[in-house]
Amino acid sequence: MKEEAMRKEEAMTNVGAALLRTEGLRKEYGRDESLVRAVDHVDLEVARGETLAIMGPSGCGKSTLLHLLGGLDQPSGGELWLNGRRIDHLSERGLANLRRREIGFVFQAYHLMDELTARENVELPALLAGRSPRRARQRALALLDQVGLADRGNHLPSALSGGQRQRVAIARALVNEPLVVLADEPTGNLDSAATLEVLRLFDHLHASGLTLVIVTHDERVAATADRIASMRDGALVDETRLTGGTQGNLRDLISLER
Amino acid sequence: MQQEVVLAMLAKEPSQGYQLRARLNDALGPLGEALNAGQIYVVLGRLEKAGLIGLDGDATTRDHERKVYVLTAMGQERVSEWLAEVSWPKPDLAEFHLKLIAAAQAGLADPISIVDAQRRELLRRLRDAQRAEMEEPDGSDAALLLEGIVLRLQADLRWLEACEGTWTTRRRKQ
Repeated sequence: MKEEAMRKEEAMTNVGAALLRTEGLRKEYGRDESLVRAVDHVDLEVARGETLAIMGPSGCGKSTLLHLLGGLDQPSGGELWLNGRRIDHLSERGLANLRRREIGFVFQAYHLMDELTARENVELPALLAGRSPRRARQRALALLDQVGLADRGNHLPSALSGGQRQRVAIARALVNEPLVVLADEPTGNLDSAATLEVLRLFDHLHASGLTLVIVTHDERVAATADRIASMRDGALVDETRLTGGTQGNLRDLISLER
Repeated sequence: MQQEVVLAMLAKEPSQGYQLRARLNDALGPLGEALNAGQIYVVLGRLEKAGLIGLDGDATTRDHERKVYVLTAMGQERVSEWLAEVSWPKPDLAEFHLKLIAAAQAGLADPISIVDAQRRELLRRLRDAQRAEMEEPDGSDAALLLEGIVLRLQADLRWLEACEGTWTTRRRKQ
């Protein structure tokens, strides 16, 4: 917990500095006639403590971009920097280390282990990263409490609702105190009420200084971000900053006059 | 404020103006800010003049310091009619649609930048509505209304996406 407090403090004092940065990042498939530019010279900066949503039609390359950012896939070219360190040329082993310690992932389909309880799912990455079983358990319990599932630790994923499974997956993503959490369509499988649960949690994590990049086509998720980048045909085409500016007036949302 | 809303709020039991206002505020939550404090009394005056409500003789004080309103038979009937009415606000998209067409035809502005600006505005409204929804306690009536507003904004944003797609394709063909 001490580590987390220090990281939080660091995040607070460095608000505004780019934590994640790409320069001319590319990912291509095929060659010549059949060349597909899935990610086409993307320049992107994500500040510490910022929530960025990447939106775009399916097939625009947003998931591929997220996979590059998280070291799940190797770029064809360009630069990728995390916390001041260049990571686009890391070896498989270096990438595995990076994914384990510095990056948290949240997927649309949760990707929980069915035969492990909620608590064991959250513990697992901590154990893989070499934490003692006792510390891993403490951390898992604290996180389950933070995501509002303190009383569900001993449940198997099959006994949890979609929204609860995704909250377990978010707790798991946080267990090794990553620098950044990358989420790929985190509400894609969720109904309206469960989406709200997850958005509440993201909001809470954002307030505590977490850096978050979310790929989504759900406008509700995008609306909770500080900034929305629109992607089309592999390139970033538009950017919308949602924080700052005018705080709208709720009374403008309905009309009762007649 | 629509007269029938105030009338129907009175159907529960004879009430004073401030009680009606409290009922409306409970149902609307933070959106109740849209109600102007004096408005309800203006509406009550009109309803009384129209014979749809009257003063409850037993509960109203003689000096009218405390006025308790009650539905008349005509008011009861109006409420039943209103409940049975099938009316629904029509989405007003034609104006924006025509704006894009006019801008493109006259070459005055880029339809895609118009769409982008509109999207920013709707995303901000969505954020505000969603924040308000998240802050509502479980089981709140206002949360349900806010969810409706959120869903409509979402639908509008999807339509804007379709507008952007179409205008982008058209621009490429030129």
